[in-house]
Amino acid sequence: MAQGKHGQPQGASRRDFLYIAAGGLGAVGAGAFAWPFIHQMNPSKDVLALSSIEVDISKITEGQTITVSWRGKPVFIRHRTKAEIDAARAVQLGELPDPQPDDARVRAKDRPQWLILVGVCTHLGCVPLNNQGEYGGWFCPCHGSHYDTSGRIRKGPAPANLEVPSYEFLGDNAVRIG
Amino acid sequence: MRPIAALALCLALAGGPALAAGDTTPPKSVDWPHGGPFGTFDRAALQRGFLVYKQVCAACHGLRQVAYRNLNEIGFNEAQVKVLAAEVEVQDGPNDQGEMFNRPGRPSDRFRSPFANPQAARAANNGALPPDLSLITKARAGGGGYIYSLLTGYRNPPAEVKLAEGMSYNPYFAGRQIAMAPPLNEGAVEFADGTKAGVEQMAWDVTTFLAWAAEPEMEARKRMGVKVILFLLVLTGVLYAVKRKVWAEVH
Amino acid sequence: MGIQTNNSIVKWIEYRLPVFSTLNHSLIDYPTPRNLNYWYNFGSLAGVCLVVQIITGIVLAMHYTPHASMAFDSTEHIMRDVNYGWLLRYIHANGASMFFLVVYIHIFRGLYYGSYKMPRELLWWLGIVILLLMMATAFMGYVLPWGQMSFWGATVITNLFSAIPLVGTPIVEWLWGGFAVGNATLSRFYSLHYLLPFVIVGLVMLHLLALHQHKSNNPLGIDIKGPQDTIPFHPYYTAKDLFGLGVFAIVFAGFVFFAPNYLGHPDNYIEANPLVTPAHIVPEWYLLPFYAILRSIPDKFLGVVAMFASIFVLFLLPWLDTSRVRSATFRPIYKQVFWLLLICCVALGWVGANPPEGIYLVVGRIATTFYFLFFLVLMPLIGWFERPRPLPESIGASVAKTGGGAPADAHAKPEGRV
Repeated sequence: MAQGKHGQPQGASRRDFLYIAAGGLGAVGAGAFAWPFIHQMNPSKDVLALSSIEVDISKITEGQTITVSWRGKPVFIRHRTKAEIDAARAVQLGELPDPQPDDARVRAKDRPQWLILVGVCTHLGCVPLNNQGEYGGWFCPCHGSHYDTSGRIRKGPAPANLEVPSYEFLGDNAVRIG
Repeated sequence: MRPIAALALCLALAGGPALAAGDTTPPKSVDWPHGGPFGTFDRAALQRGFLVYKQVCAACHGLRQVAYRNLNEIGFNEAQVKVLAAEVEVQDGPNDQGEMFNRPGRPSDRFRSPFANPQAARAANNGALPPDLSLITKARAGGGGYIYSLLTGYRNPPAEVKLAEGMSYNPYFAGRQIAMAPPLNEGAVEFADGTKAGVEQMAWDVTTFLAWAAEPEMEARKRMGVKVILFLLVLTGVLYAVKRKVWAEVH
Repeated sequence: MGIQTNNSIVKWIEYRLPVFSTLNHSLIDYPTPRNLNYWYNFGSLAGVCLVVQIITGIVLAMHYTPHASMAFDSTEHIMRDVNYGWLLRYIHANGASMFFLVVYIHIFRGLYYGSYKMPRELLWWLGIVILLLMMATAFMGYVLPWGQMSFWGATVITNLFSAIPLVGTPIVEWLWGGFAVGNATLSRFYSLHYLLPFVIVGLVMLHLLALHQHKSNNPLGIDIKGPQDTIPFHPYYTAKDLFGLGVFAIVFAGFVFFAPNYLGHPDNYIEANPLVTPAHIVPEWYLLPFYAILRSIPDKFLGVVAMFASIFVLFLLPWLDTSRVRSATFRPIYKQVFWLLLICCVALGWVGANPPEGIYLVVGRIATTFYFLFFLVLMPLIGWFERPRPLPESIGASVAKTGGGAPADAHAKPEGRV
């Protein structure tokens, strides 16, 4: 069997340096090699290319809601009536489980008629039904959550308001979501 | 030991793909700026090549693996890409009435193929199928050199050759008779940068563009390769020193 | 072989599941002949290749679609859209070539130093079974990108089975799941391509178990006689293997980053078309020698038989080789013929890459004849008639004389351990 665990002190320190250098470089290499295997599971380029969509809103009449698909999820675009806006604004914040004024639910302050929401119930991910429920907004059939005309949770098990995606109006006729 | 040489020989021989059927002129060997371990694509040639593809090739040849958004990578900005994409009508749908409809292309769309399916392509091209060009420089022995040779290789047939109906003579094509009429004519496109659109120039540019279309990852690959090999050389050097040190006690 | 430690967690686990002592036994303290040369690196390199193929394969499977109408495009999706997809695919594709390169060197090393002889017959057999499974796995993997060469390679190779008398056609249709290579074939190849590597892992475990039973052979081909002949695997061979791995990684990276398609065929970047056959159908380089043997025989059935026989003859090696000496170092005549065999295998590879006509056919037939002549005639005969050079006393003694030199009074008596 090979002996020689203990060489000369000088040799030993040089050897230690070599071992540490090899170990360090090896660890760096292994880490770098691992990254592609991890990153490949992140959204691919074609998926990212679809991460924003442009929607034509010129044909949505007052009171109408359309559903478009964005990032694999439904998005509700609602052209609210005056009455719906007023109803949403009239609610006392204190009554809300997740207090948010209607202003905060609409990204373009000059266009309060447009309400854009991710159509996924914040309870367990079902898609709520449009124009149903006790508050004239949405109703989730899975576990009975009621949302109002601002997409805020009013009653039922859902803990939070419907999510507002990031969006931007491109003139009067189109909106880019994402 | 000897096996190294032998195995290297085996690899070299096996790797060289068998030449296609005898009666063909071997493609010109071209020294591309994007060749070699450090080569990068000539951006200006890529953009000119895209124009040649768009105005000449795209009438018959698809590029379906490439998306309009990819044009970002060859130097078009986002707004330009949007305009280029919107120039084509793409089928989408079904809409709420259950019907398919056409809409302007978006950057996320892939290049629209000129024909709906291979049968339609053959029907419109005298029975010949214009291949999709997405991978053409990888899919032909000789790569870009072959494409360049083919595009610049049209000749008048020698007296003894009798061309079939609708065929052109091209010594670089297998069998020397090709169904594609000479695609490039002097001044067929007008380059924005003022480059004169000669046949050789257009062939060079469009081949560069197609090389990019086939291997869009090439520059990133080579850049990473240089880093990886340098790193491995250092690591292996250190490992060799470790090995020597460890074995010093045994020898 | 228990392990000494003060770490109470290690002790707790070790008492219930002896992983640490097992690892220690097979990777740390494992006694290894002290005279192994660099040709003995290729065993562990093959193991690394297998692991690399499996992990890249698993992540590629996350993005690939095994359907005849989508396979080609999904492969391009990996190349173009998936993060580092091109890297993973090129590692996997070139990794197959690297794996075969390493394994072929490993096999020829075993052939040269007589590693198949008593008491390592089962070790050798397991190796051949691994090779067969590797070939099957590689072949089915090559079908998955659904290019022209994938499709027609699959057609030609599966059609080999139609050479079987009477039941040939039903067998081939059973393999295809149809009347030609199609979607059903692609799906089942995908399934098996995913499965077989894990079967290989199991066989590799057995291969190692068999190896550790009688320890590694060595360039002298003589048995380990005592502790003076061995050194512990760690740090000596771990250091040597890691250095070898570094060199190998450089070669591998050279292919992946700078010549990723050099070993491939351009036709496989054309989507499969069942109506158009490529001008020349050639398998990947690592199968070319066998393909050449197949085509050297003018009869379809006999050609297939010869091709399979060229691998199965390896199973008989422990008995075909009648020599009492393992290592070719001490076998002057066998050594010469061994190099001839290697040249003949390379020649077969060259013939396999070219059309079966003219000079290629002649060379192919000569090389095929020599291949079988070597195993079936030369090996037994040389073993009988050859006078081996005297063997060294022991590995330790030989190393002390700076490697390989043989003491004068040694006997040619390498047989099994006591």
